[in-house]
Amino acid sequence: MKDTDIKRLLYSNLLCIFSVFLSIFIPSLFLDNFSILETHLTWLCTCSASVTGVNLLLHLVVKPNVSSRRSSLSHKVTRVLKCCIYFLLSCFFLHIIFVLYGAPLIELVLETFLFAVILSTFTTIPCLCLLGPNLKAWLRVFSRNGVTSIWENSLQITTISSFIGAWLGAFPIPLDWERPWQVWPISCTLGATFGYVAGLVSSPLWIYWNRKQLTYKSN
Amino acid sequence: MRLGSGAFAASCVAIEVIGVAIFIRGFFPAPVRSSAGPEHGVETPAPEPMAGASSNWTKLPSPLFNKVVIVLIDALRDDFVFGSKGVKYMPYTTYLVEKGASHSFVAEAKPPTVTMPRIKALMTGSVPGFVDVIRNLNSPVLLEDNVIRQGKAAGKRMIFYGDETWLKLFPKHFVEYDGTTSFFVSDYIEVDNNVTRHLDKVLQRGDWDVLILHYLGLDHIGHISGPNSPLIGHKLSEMDSILMKIHTSLLSKERETLSPSLLVVCGDHGMSETGSHGASSTEEVSTPLILISSAFERKPGDVRHPKHVQQTDLAATLAIGLGVPIPKDSVGSLLFPVIEGRPMREQLRFLHLNTLQLSKLLQENIPSYEKDPGFEQFKMAERLHGNWVKLHLEENHSDILLGLGTKVLRQYLGALKTLSLSLSTQVAHYDIYSMAVGTVVVLEVLILFLLSTPHVLCRKAELDVPLLSPVFSLLFYMIFLVLSAIHVLVCTSSESSCYLCSLPWLAAGGVMVLVSVLLCAILSALIRMVIDGTLLKKRAAHPGSGWSEVDLLLLLGTVGHVLSLGASSFVEEEHQTWYFLVNTLCLALSQETCRSYFVGDDCEPQHYFQVEEQGCSDILASTLLDSTSYNTPEPVRTGKGASLSEAQGSCKWWTVLASPWLVLICCRLLRSLNQTGVQGAHRPDLSHWLTRGIIEARFVYVFVLGILFTGTKDLLKAQVIATDYKTRTIGLWEIHSGLVLLAALLLRPHNLPVLAFSLLIQTVMTKFIWKPLRHDAAEITVMHYWFGQAFFYFQGNSNNIATIDISAGFVGLDTYLEVPATFLTVFGTYVGPVLWASHLMHFLSSEASNGPALSRACFCYALIGSVPVATYIVLVTSLRYHLFIWSVFSPKLLYEGMHLLITAALCAVFTATDQTRHTRA
Repeated sequence: MKDTDIKRLLYSNLLCIFSVFLSIFIPSLFLDNFSILETHLTWLCTCSASVTGVNLLLHLVVKPNVSSRRSSLSHKVTRVLKCCIYFLLSCFFLHIIFVLYGAPLIELVLETFLFAVILSTFTTIPCLCLLGPNLKAWLRVFSRNGVTSIWENSLQITTISSFIGAWLGAFPIPLDWERPWQVWPISCTLGATFGYVAGLVSSPLWIYWNRKQLTYKSN
Repeated sequence: MRLGSGAFAASCVAIEVIGVAIFIRGFFPAPVRSSAGPEHGVETPAPEPMAGASSNWTKLPSPLFNKVVIVLIDALRDDFVFGSKGVKYMPYTTYLVEKGASHSFVAEAKPPTVTMPRIKALMTGSVPGFVDVIRNLNSPVLLEDNVIRQGKAAGKRMIFYGDETWLKLFPKHFVEYDGTTSFFVSDYIEVDNNVTRHLDKVLQRGDWDVLILHYLGLDHIGHISGPNSPLIGHKLSEMDSILMKIHTSLLSKERETLSPSLLVVCGDHGMSETGSHGASSTEEVSTPLILISSAFERKPGDVRHPKHVQQTDLAATLAIGLGVPIPKDSVGSLLFPVIEGRPMREQLRFLHLNTLQLSKLLQENIPSYEKDPGFEQFKMAERLHGNWVKLHLEENHSDILLGLGTKVLRQYLGALKTLSLSLSTQVAHYDIYSMAVGTVVVLEVLILFLLSTPHVLCRKAELDVPLLSPVFSLLFYMIFLVLSAIHVLVCTSSESSCYLCSLPWLAAGGVMVLVSVLLCAILSALIRMVIDGTLLKKRAAHPGSGWSEVDLLLLLGTVGHVLSLGASSFVEEEHQTWYFLVNTLCLALSQETCRSYFVGDDCEPQHYFQVEEQGCSDILASTLLDSTSYNTPEPVRTGKGASLSEAQGSCKWWTVLASPWLVLICCRLLRSLNQTGVQGAHRPDLSHWLTRGIIEARFVYVFVLGILFTGTKDLLKAQVIATDYKTRTIGLWEIHSGLVLLAALLLRPHNLPVLAFSLLIQTVMTKFIWKPLRHDAAEITVMHYWFGQAFFYFQGNSNNIATIDISAGFVGLDTYLEVPATFLTVFGTYVGPVLWASHLMHFLSSEASNGPALSRACFCYALIGSVPVATYIVLVTSLRYHLFIWSVFSPKLLYEGMHLLITAALCAVFTATDQTRHTRA
């Protein structure tokens, strides 16, 4: 593992963070009275779109997983289709989990679903970009001692921190402060976003600090 | 002295119960109450005392005022009227206070300075304690004697407009009413207009005796923008114009009827500098109290400064003013200026009535009442009064009579003051000393627990408790002496009564011994730990297998829950915390099952699936038939190595993977069962239980007792004959099923799904999670505890006293019997935790392969039960002036105390069942 790798990781992560910030500032140029809290759903959509876009861009440009396998066009198309299906499935899966956690079943369906979308944007899409629609690889990355590169390590950290952020974001909901951000699912989406950003920031730093100890099996 | 960790834990929890009991006793001071119930008949008022013969004036004096209007302005601070704000915004009131026929006071409110207790204080004259809340569990109706009740009994027509709290406290007392809600804090205009709009009509009609107006707007403004907001000025001007309207209308009516009327302006509590209230700062407790009536004579140029009085004094004054008996529990004394203008005989009569009522209250609450200086003064005054009346009736109109009368008056006033003071100090304060002692005991036990945790969890279950050596050590005696000295010092110096001091010396000494013994035990445990620590360091080179995610979650979840108890909203919504934690636990378990199935971790011991044949059968069927499957416990478990070959059932791997999800779905269903308010809609009333099913219920009781009896018999047999663990497991299973049966009988019909789901989840978790994944005893204990807590809330409980299902106490009884009813209610409330604990016991004893699991589990259960209590006690002590201390934190404290008691009982049972192995080993 070289320092240049870490640098590349840092830059790509900064780009992801930049995309999150972009989603806050760009829509206010086009839309009147846009704010994260008031028009939360719009922000969710733009944030999800911009993060997805940047991730795809990174995937195409940087290509951290140099897949040596040659593949035909049809193979590629099925791969993309599979990715889409995986993404949708993960959205539904997360939605079900939110409902199991106590989100309202019938009211606020759109809000809950968009929360699922943004959380899977933060978690599933990087996984899909990096690992492809390959469940075995996912399981490997998210099991103990399963990572094989700094990219996967960073992926692990950001995904887990997004989940933890969303989890922690649910805590202020029962408090009686009556703040606008305590409404479902705003605190959770904000928590997930903060978790994602924190993961993006901390993962290169963590990898840099621990670069001596980190030994990857295949590298 | 060697103790099993189970026995150690059980005794520690028992000590902790004592500590919590002392704390609770100090936290909830016993209220001053008259023993006579309020449902008295017509009681003859005390006659005028007279030396020699009996007086001819035995009836109650006639009312002083024809009409009484009480204007209660929420959060009216004294300086809003008497200060610069009053001069600026309330010119009419200021004029009345300074020059008009009025008496003004600064009335001191006792904390908690919250509306409902303050209304109670104003109307009953007593200081409401928290015990009152428990006393009338479900109904907020004020049961104590109060002015409103007396007024109604005397046939007064009362009208009320304002805060609907009054309507809850006094239902059916008012002939006409309109409640406003304090729910919408941001509204400070409509809420008052809704009161004022009735005013013109009512003042014109004049067919009433008492009119009560409660204005909420000022309080709302305080909550929104604080006491310095410009809105306050507007509101005060509005109030001033309303007072002017009422007063002029009263004066014009008086000209027609020629009898005086009274206008009372008061606040229920003040407002702190931030605009809130509830605590005991000067701004929050000082409220104005202005009595306006043409009956009060005032010479021009008579400048009076508002005197400081107690808020409770109003009740007695109002009662005298309306000509009704003074409320029995009132600790207030009559505001003397009100009766100053009356003839001497009447003045003495009123003072006598008030003093007599107070001395009666004193007699009933203080055993040594005869030594009280106030009581002595009262006796003296009564005697003098008798002489005076005799002289008076002998038509002796001399200066002697006046002189003697003034003397009696002064004697009465002194007696009143002393009596009122000694009564109100009974209830006014938290008993900090008892609270501190209780906290110390609880914290010592907790530290002892924490110190011995590594010992119990990492090594053997036997614990060396150094009890004998400290008892004979010098340190122990020194600590004991110091504590006793402190005790004597505190008890002799403190003015307010305190529970520990009122205990006999032997009991107090016992508590001191307990404290010092615990302290010595902690010290020796610490020393031993330091010594052990040096030994351990050598072995610490290779860290243990490390913490799995589930372990981490269990630890963090417990810590997080404990910390969340500091916020009132989290206490109110504690069920959400538990649901959240249990859901997360299920997800973590699902992740663990996934990982152990798909990826064999090489750093951990292999988790092979060990699903028995019967595990493949339908889950529901197995729930129904689980008694049979448990009654034939499987043969001795094969070793770990052979488990793979045995696992033919692994074809059904999906059951293992699906089981956490099944549990999750069950939890979601149960949660929505309660959210939809089912318990409110289909609440069967007591009569339902009383009229139907008594015979059936008793029939079930016989069965339950039979099952419990056979279970206990099996346990004893296992203990005496010491055959093998099979008998014990069967016995535990019988006890568990007996408890399930009892729960099914006691729970409300709509809660039966909770019980069924509980059994289902227990079965699923046992078969597909705990057995195959081979969790540690400690982990399983914590999981059982979590599920028990979640089910406590699933069955419809909350941290509010009102949700306790008292009807469970009446099942199968035709009359109220205190002991069985209490037992049944407690069991009905804590069904969830108890059932899960009994399942834990049965499960661990059936897993006989791992040695001291049961005593280890007992230790863990005690530890995890006592951590929240200890933390909560500290939190409550520091939050004792919080706004919600009475509505949110105090009920939770009672729940925690009760839960600890149940934990202690469970731990005792744990230890008792575990004795078998010890006697054999």
